[in-house]
Amino acid sequence: MSLDRLRGALRRLHAVALKEVRQLARDRVTFGMIVGVPVMQILLFGYAINFDVRHLSTAVLDQANSSMSRELVAQLRATQVIEVRYTAHSSAELDELLREGRASMGVVIPFDFERRLQSDSRAALQILVDGSQPNLTGVATGLAAVPMLTRHGMGPYSGGKRMAPRRIEVRTLYNPEKRTAVQIVPALIGVILSMTMVLFTSGAIVRERERGNLELLIATPLSGFELMVGKLLPYVGIGLIQTTLILIVGSLLFRVPLAGSLLDLYAAALLFIASTLGLGLFVSTLAQTQFQAFQLAFVTMLPSILLSGFMFPFEGMPKVVQWIAEILPLTHFNVIVRGVMLRGAELPELWLQIVKLTVFLSVMLLIASVRFKKRLD
Amino acid sequence: MTGVARTAGNGPAISARQLTRRFGAKTAVDHVDLDIPSGRIYGFLGPNGSGKSTTLRMLCGMLLPSAGSAEVFGLSIVKDAEAIRRRLGYMPQKFSLWEDLTTDENLQFIADCYGLTGDVAARIAQQRATYNLEGLRKQRAGTMSGGQKQRLALAAATLHSPELLLLDEPTSAVDPQSRRDFWERLFQLAGEGATILVSTHYMDEAERCHGLAILAEGRLVAEGSPRELMDGVEADVFEIEGADGTDAPRLLRELPWVHGAAQLGLRLRVLVDRAQPDAEEKIRQLLRERHIEASVARSQASLEDVFVIATRRENRVA
Repeated sequence: MSLDRLRGALRRLHAVALKEVRQLARDRVTFGMIVGVPVMQILLFGYAINFDVRHLSTAVLDQANSSMSRELVAQLRATQVIEVRYTAHSSAELDELLREGRASMGVVIPFDFERRLQSDSRAALQILVDGSQPNLTGVATGLAAVPMLTRHGMGPYSGGKRMAPRRIEVRTLYNPEKRTAVQIVPALIGVILSMTMVLFTSGAIVRERERGNLELLIATPLSGFELMVGKLLPYVGIGLIQTTLILIVGSLLFRVPLAGSLLDLYAAALLFIASTLGLGLFVSTLAQTQFQAFQLAFVTMLPSILLSGFMFPFEGMPKVVQWIAEILPLTHFNVIVRGVMLRGAELPELWLQIVKLTVFLSVMLLIASVRFKKRLD
Repeated sequence: MTGVARTAGNGPAISARQLTRRFGAKTAVDHVDLDIPSGRIYGFLGPNGSGKSTTLRMLCGMLLPSAGSAEVFGLSIVKDAEAIRRRLGYMPQKFSLWEDLTTDENLQFIADCYGLTGDVAARIAQQRATYNLEGLRKQRAGTMSGGQKQRLALAAATLHSPELLLLDEPTSAVDPQSRRDFWERLFQLAGEGATILVSTHYMDEAERCHGLAILAEGRLVAEGSPRELMDGVEADVFEIEGADGTDAPRLLRELPWVHGAAQLGLRLRVLVDRAQPDAEEKIRQLLRERHIEASVARSQASLEDVFVIATRRENRVA
């Protein structure tokens, strides 16, 4: 008897999953999104996001106009961080170049540059940074490392704050070339999966409601649990396809290494896909229309992208924001995926994140099945 | 294998006691009592918003009653909803199969949902033959005509041979020929033993039912066979010929003992309270005073008259 019931449940699960796959395959836009969204995003993020700033348009106001000042400019140029496009003849002209946005950085070498280099009391030169653009201020600090300034034990002025001389050697582990793509692409797996999985599933049950199919489904012996799990199953497969796609493009175009085991990576991806589907399912029980579902999906997406450690380091965020980030599955998956792909960590070493993801998944499924009642009201 | 299973026993297929459903402040179904015998076609007649759909949805366990109770095959619609579902077929007002799936795919999915055993392919083929869907096997439902969709929906609703069929305004989107064919099939199903509960706002369809319940504003205002209802109408019917284009309908409606006056072609049908003495003479007198040359003759009450009286009495109470 119970074996018969199990067989019936499996048959209904299979029927719902098959129906979902057929409908997906016939919906060309959605079908295109499965492949198109990850490829487009990896290309966009991979090429566009570059924290490794180079070739900044720079204006120089050389009031000293000495051999030493010219040597300094040459040294600054050699860092490739700046590209001297403009030579200003007055501070007013320099201000104008910065205000108009033609130059992102200004270098002011004062008349008494040589004398200042010898003395300790005043900064040798001033670097003006366009603070309206992100990530540039740090670049100015980096410029202090040019030989002439460190040799004399002097740092430049940036925004009126005195910089300490750079005498500390920094070595970047796991990404010696400091390529942003290596940091970005592994985390992109999670970001792309969050976007597509939550978006697809949040609409899945609402769509049946909107099109009137739910009224018929409720009248059949199909249970709410069978309906939900059956609808999610195809997306697990789609999530794994997307993961594979990102790994291939990341490896071919961005030479992203895989230090750890591929099996570990897929196991973690599977757990993360399930967690994200759970989140989508929860969203779908909150929404009455597909439009609402999409809006709610976006509400979960933005914090995921901003707070998960994908864009900004987790440790740098305020405590309250860290608590919010702790709830998001993407935060934990990012730790896992960077660990496995870049640091060569093994899954048991990342047990804490795995436990957190599992807890998240269980809570989401519990809330979703409690909320989904097999009634219209 | 026949189209439907025969209902065991002679007890009522459906019985409801003081069945009530509220949506916020609005009462959609208001203390309705029903006893629907098995093996019959039973109609719910009422205007939009009279509570027909809500009652059907409660009977198939989709909505919970706010008060009162109902039993289907002696099973509670609240506690035994799952058990009832396996024995009933439901066809919602709106086409609810999947428009991006074909005939065969839709029927196969429904067969899986109900866990149909035995030769499922043969059963689906049988339904295709019965409902004239053979040529539409590979066609997606979204591209079908109203009549084709309706046949597919009925084929799906009867696929698991339900003992009870609930149809919510099944003919609202189809042409007259398809409507006639559809009712032929309903009589076949009833002949095979199924109980059919169908909601409609078409008088001609209501007249075909074995039994009828007239609903107005959520209340059951009249019940019986169409014949009983027409014979039992508490009004006399007069037909006035030659009064078209005059203000006679308005004048008549203003009289307190006139339940209604409606122009049907050349004839004006007037429903008059039976308690009113000399009604015929009073109508003639009124027409004479207005210099309207028209003939007045007594007529038989139609189902529409029953409906007008029943819903009008309801309005007076409210």
